[in-house]
Amino acid sequence: MAIDSPITPLPSSEFRLFVERRSGQHILRCYQCGKCTAGCPAAYTMDIGPRRIMRAIQLGMKDEVLESSTIWLCLFCQTCYARCPREIDIPRVMESLRLLAATSGKRAAEKDIRLFHRIFLSLVQRWGRVHELTLGALYNLLSGHPLANATLLPRMLTRGKLSLLPPRVKWASEVKKVFDKVKAVEERAPL
Amino acid sequence: MTSRAYAYYPGCSLHSTAKEYDVSARLVCEGLGIELYELDGWTCCGASSIHSASRLLSTALPARELQLAGRPGLPLAVACAMCYSRLKLAAHELSDGATKELVEEIVGGDLSGTVEVVHLLKVLDGEREAMPLKRSLSSLRVACYYGCLLVRPCGVLDFDDEENPQTMDRLIEALGARSIEWDFKTECCGASMPLSRPDIVLRLSYRILSQAKQLGADCIAVACPMCHSNLDTYQGKIRAKYKGNIELPVLYFTQLVGLALGFSPRQLLLNRHFTDPLPMLKARGLV
Repeated sequence: MAIDSPITPLPSSEFRLFVERRSGQHILRCYQCGKCTAGCPAAYTMDIGPRRIMRAIQLGMKDEVLESSTIWLCLFCQTCYARCPREIDIPRVMESLRLLAATSGKRAAEKDIRLFHRIFLSLVQRWGRVHELTLGALYNLLSGHPLANATLLPRMLTRGKLSLLPPRVKWASEVKKVFDKVKAVEERAPL
Repeated sequence: MTSRAYAYYPGCSLHSTAKEYDVSARLVCEGLGIELYELDGWTCCGASSIHSASRLLSTALPARELQLAGRPGLPLAVACAMCYSRLKLAAHELSDGATKELVEEIVGGDLSGTVEVVHLLKVLDGEREAMPLKRSLSSLRVACYYGCLLVRPCGVLDFDDEENPQTMDRLIEALGARSIEWDFKTECCGASMPLSRPDIVLRLSYRILSQAKQLGADCIAVACPMCHSNLDTYQGKIRAKYKGNIELPVLYFTQLVGLALGFSPRQLLLNRHFTDPLPMLKARGLV
């Protein structure tokens, strides 16, 4: 076989460049060693493991990446980043992909995980702190798993692990302002 | 000599599901003469969810806490590993001039005073050679579990080794106990997934409990309310799913320090855990 033909470079992909800008990580540095997937505690249940996600970004496979369960199942445990010989902050890449999936109107492959985070933040925005009982109740109601963890509830209450009333925080309104201002800044200059 | 007074950020869990961590931390610090000043009007740092919503918000929300801590000018002691990680990462982001300027506009006010964020484990580690011990824990074998966010990413947190940290082991051994060598010190327990994907939490936490048990640990010591909840509160569900004998008490490291300092199990709220540690502590002659 002739060896004088140049190696075909990867196609320059808008998607890859976008992920690089958002995450600040050089996706092309990944040489597919697979240490990320080997150490990932959630890889066993992902549809496309972290190594293949990195490759898919290199190849510009936007839909496959944004529709994968992987971007929602990442636990942000940072094991992959700690072990990556190319020092790519993969959790940060996952975080960018999650944000991109949300803004591009993709159906979340793990909708319960997205729901949990949304409820969590809406409570912080409202009360300034999380209230576990409301978090659990709202999650059960909206996820369609009304009895999830219900068996733990009596023992949590008798052990004083849950407060019945939401927290009263004197600067809760300041927190709401921070949420609003961040939203305004992001609308003014989308990142 | 290091500072003996700290601003204190308990975080949401320590006021609810992890009250025993808050109570034991305060008791131990009082016993050692360390002053903790809880930040007045602290709010949630966003830890488990904020990075799923907005990069900017994940820096701006904790920046408020850094600003609060900056006023008394004390280092900020954080008990929860998740909050610790969030606050450290935010402080790191704020070292970038443009980010700092933008976040200052959002939270309203100056953020140039740098606040040193320390985890409570590091604070107590600094005390380990001068602790007035009343009770030796020499009969106890402890599996020190650090989880993820205390140690990773090492470049920013600069807490200890990412794969085989020693800080908690050193402290536990200073109390007379033996810390065991094991593989799951920094393996993930499933983090904030117990509601949305309980199967992941049960599987990962089972692996942690099962090795600690196999290697003969009497208990697991933790420094994070999320790890505690997954390993203790969900332990019954794990046992029901995986059958094996993995019953193992899970204590906050502050509760073990408290025992060694002579506080009673009741003072340390050792009766609050789902897996009752008292029979084991009795068998080891510690209560």
